[in-house]
Amino acid sequence: MTATALASDTARPSGAHPVSGKRRARPARIVLHVFLAVSALAWLVPMLWAIYTSLRPYSETQSKGYLSLPSTLNFQNYIDAWNQSGMPHYFWNTVMIAVPAVILTLLLSSFVAFTVTQYNLKINLLLLMIFTAGNLLPQQVIITPLYRLYLLIGLPSGLSDSGKMYDTIFGLVVIHVAFQSGFCTFVLSNYMKTIPTGLREAAVVDGATVWQIYSRIILPLLKPAVAALATLLSIWIYNDFFWAIVLISDGNKMPITSALANLSGTFFTNDNLVAAGALLTAVPTLLVYFLLQRQFVSGLTLGAEKG
Amino acid sequence: MSPQSPRAFQGPSVDRRIMLKGLLGAAGVAALPTLAACSSSSSKSSSSSTGGAASGTVSLGSNASDAVPKKAFQAVYDAFQAKNPSIKVQVNTKDHDTFQEQINSYLQATPDDVFTWFAGYRMQFFAAKGLSNKINDVWDTIGNNFPQSVHDLSKGQDGNYYFVPIYYYPWAVFYRKSVFAAHNYTVPTDWNGFISLCEKMKADGLNPIAFADADKWPAMGTFDQLNMRINGYQFHMDLMHGKAAWTDAKVKAVFDHWTQILPYHQPGYIGRKWQDAAQSLLQKKSGMYLLGTFVAQQFTNPDDLADLDFFAFPAIDPQWGQDSIEAPVDGFMLSKNPKNRAAAAKLLEFIGSADGEGAYLKVDNSYDALVTGYDTSGYNAIQKKSAQLFASAQHVSQFMDRDANPAFTSTVMQPQLQAYLQNPGSIGSILSGIEQQKQSIYNS
Amino acid sequence: MTVGTSADAVETGRAADLPRAPGRLRRLTGRDRTVLTLMTGVPTALMVVFVWVPALASILLSFTSWDGIGVDSIKWIGLRNYQQIFTIYPSFWPAVEHNVLWLVVLAAIPTPFGLFLAYQLDKKIRFSRFYQGAFFLPVMVSSAVIGFVWELIYNPDHGLINSLFHTNNPNGTYLDWVGNPKLNIWAVLVAASWRHAGYMMILYLAGLKSVDPSLKDAAAVDGANEWQAFRHVVFPALRPINVVVAVVTVIEALRAFDIVYVFNKGEHGTELLSILITQNIIGEASRIGYGSALAVILLVVSLAAIIPYLIVTFRKERST
Repeated sequence: MTATALASDTARPSGAHPVSGKRRARPARIVLHVFLAVSALAWLVPMLWAIYTSLRPYSETQSKGYLSLPSTLNFQNYIDAWNQSGMPHYFWNTVMIAVPAVILTLLLSSFVAFTVTQYNLKINLLLLMIFTAGNLLPQQVIITPLYRLYLLIGLPSGLSDSGKMYDTIFGLVVIHVAFQSGFCTFVLSNYMKTIPTGLREAAVVDGATVWQIYSRIILPLLKPAVAALATLLSIWIYNDFFWAIVLISDGNKMPITSALANLSGTFFTNDNLVAAGALLTAVPTLLVYFLLQRQFVSGLTLGAEKG
Repeated sequence: MSPQSPRAFQGPSVDRRIMLKGLLGAAGVAALPTLAACSSSSSKSSSSSTGGAASGTVSLGSNASDAVPKKAFQAVYDAFQAKNPSIKVQVNTKDHDTFQEQINSYLQATPDDVFTWFAGYRMQFFAAKGLSNKINDVWDTIGNNFPQSVHDLSKGQDGNYYFVPIYYYPWAVFYRKSVFAAHNYTVPTDWNGFISLCEKMKADGLNPIAFADADKWPAMGTFDQLNMRINGYQFHMDLMHGKAAWTDAKVKAVFDHWTQILPYHQPGYIGRKWQDAAQSLLQKKSGMYLLGTFVAQQFTNPDDLADLDFFAFPAIDPQWGQDSIEAPVDGFMLSKNPKNRAAAAKLLEFIGSADGEGAYLKVDNSYDALVTGYDTSGYNAIQKKSAQLFASAQHVSQFMDRDANPAFTSTVMQPQLQAYLQNPGSIGSILSGIEQQKQSIYNS
Repeated sequence: MTVGTSADAVETGRAADLPRAPGRLRRLTGRDRTVLTLMTGVPTALMVVFVWVPALASILLSFTSWDGIGVDSIKWIGLRNYQQIFTIYPSFWPAVEHNVLWLVVLAAIPTPFGLFLAYQLDKKIRFSRFYQGAFFLPVMVSSAVIGFVWELIYNPDHGLINSLFHTNNPNGTYLDWVGNPKLNIWAVLVAASWRHAGYMMILYLAGLKSVDPSLKDAAAVDGANEWQAFRHVVFPALRPINVVVAVVTVIEALRAFDIVYVFNKGEHGTELLSILITQNIIGEASRIGYGSALAVILLVVSLAAIIPYLIVTFRKERST
């Protein structure tokens, strides 16, 4: 996809005046800003409402209702949620799951994308189907047989207490990698298709090996897409709770999402406390995003690359 | 039809291999005495492991993730360990919902030695499936602590014991004494009295019956009460066990009575959480609320709690009167291949004693003990009244989702009861739909 | 499908390349071929073993009756699960309807809105990062959090909406956002759209980065013809990202699960296929065969929606 190709597209429509006119867009800009500001605020309302709720004591909202002016605002619910839910422990579990899973998923997906886009093999279409269609499967479709499989696969004692893949952090990493690699392969191959083949062919002429082409030529070009996918993957894996329900039986190995579940009682639920807990569990992904926002958005070049 | 297993699972031999592996694993990590206990558990008859000296670690899977029950259960384990210094209880707590959602996969894989569970068909199901170990030896020791009704609740369908109870909580109609006093209401004992009380409350601007079914189980509670009052305990259990037909006129009669009192229910119940219905009782906007005694946990102010009282659901058919109550019992079971059976049995024996139940109730006063002759002097008013209600009942049911096939209650009854609540007029077709699906589930 | 066959396929693929093909395995050394086989084989093996084998096993299980306990209790019952799902399972058709509605709504509202936001925010306007953060926020938090946050909004008795508009009087005006089947599906769709728009915005922002800046400037500057410029300049350039967006939207609509599950467990008006599968498969209520049959139906629908599109896309891209 090149600029010229796009320019020729613009020639087609009769009414298009590509470059014309002065900057009289000022009023339009203001309208746009007002629109965006209002929309953005509207988008934030649910979270802001949760924050407001979380800062108020349960007894006060019970007597005055949730829609009332506060007489007390404090962080007590956050302190209680932190202490009652065992959050630091679960957070560490999730780090142990998410970090290796994200790295492995990106590595393996880039391998497949590299093969299917850079080498013309008969099975490319089949491979892409396997990965892309695999990405469509709902988690529920595979969970029962997967559980049986995890009971059958043995692991050395360093990785598993019971000698099985079941109830291990390793097992969770594996299924995250397998399950997410479909989407990543799809996106990365979409992206890699746009890398000009000339680069690779020149390397081949110079006698580069497949591994060298991958690691020295292709991989550096993938950085933006990989950065963006890493952010998305971190968010998804951090927030997933489904696999652990069936594949983990030890409460101490549960991921962060179960810290939140620990807070909502069976017979008594303090919404204010749960709100505080919910917001606390959201903090890590928000931090990651705001720290990496610049790289994330500028790196997100999922579509065609300029030639 | 002959059983055919998909190739992926390689037939039944897998099970044996897993079991073998489990045994080997146990042998690998555990010391010699444990190995002896282990082999005794796998033999057909559970020989008396209780006499010998039990020691080592007992693992225990718990669904008590809420702060208060968690503390109360820990008090039980602490009291046990103080009595048996050579045994350590290692607790694996998961949040309540996750525990329930994963119970099947958990019990088949690498369960803890002992796990928390519920009495009723729900317990018998796992016993029948071989996912739990019989504990007749434990009951040899604790049998005298309990009345016959509790013995029956703790047995599997094969007549062996599989369950040790720790507490129960009855369902009843809750009200505020001050509200009844202010309007001169009296506690109704029969259907007509109940209806006219609802009428009076409505005239006084109250929601006669607080109600909420967003959680999907409260409607089952109403059904159970009505069915036991109209058709008696035995028919109710037959229906729960899939033996009676949902298209029976007797079932229709239950819904007819329900439809009669439905206009007195607090409107908007489909999307309401039970906690919010409880709040309406607390705020004196509703007059009565049919629920378990755990409703008291919403009454966080001691004055409000002192004002809370309850009565047994009124009689409908004099043949049955008020002879049955619904009182779910929670307790413990032994997993299929416990690593340390001797110590686990010791723990279960302790739980099934006045000391064990007392250790719990000292921390959490939401429930009642099941042990005969338990010292009730420490009970609050609700607990005392619960004990009277329990003692007066001839039959004790558990709850629809504990008495019936769980696949049936969660995939059929919950949505169908809500369909009824949304559209009471279509009860005929709803009941035939239930019966069709019941046959598909119970006969498969 | 095993590791072996895919590795073989790489080998045989060697002879089949066309003259114009981008890669020619003929030039590869044996070691290169081993590396390539490993690079493709390991991820494919993972995918096949942990995703496809279980999926195929589920297809087999859909013809059985099984409570999920032990393997000797599996009974082969042929098509009975399917027959019962289509005839006597009252939640099935509503669930299908809701999944379709979900797809239509996501495709018609938040997706174009996300594109609109991305297009505007790509203009290097001020506060762009704040806006992006605000719209992307719902994508960053877990479904458990989303469900809970919206529960605070929609709770009929003390939620924000009903408290604001005094529509929480059970004996007067009472908008039951959670329980009323006419309202609740729309209530959760608002929450789902809230999340989907941010997701689509980010994808489109990514796509727009690859469109030549001078073209975008041309489109942005010429206010009067902005719409046409967008339609004829920018949108065609977004074709590759549109593929991603279409696939993602279909997946989201068919797999829709978490928000509803947290919101009201998918009952009385918000039934979805994935919820029915979960109800039948997870927990004590294990009707594995029945749930698997539902899963297979969902799978077939997903594949039917996506495969033809993928084939066309891949073929087209290959020939260019």
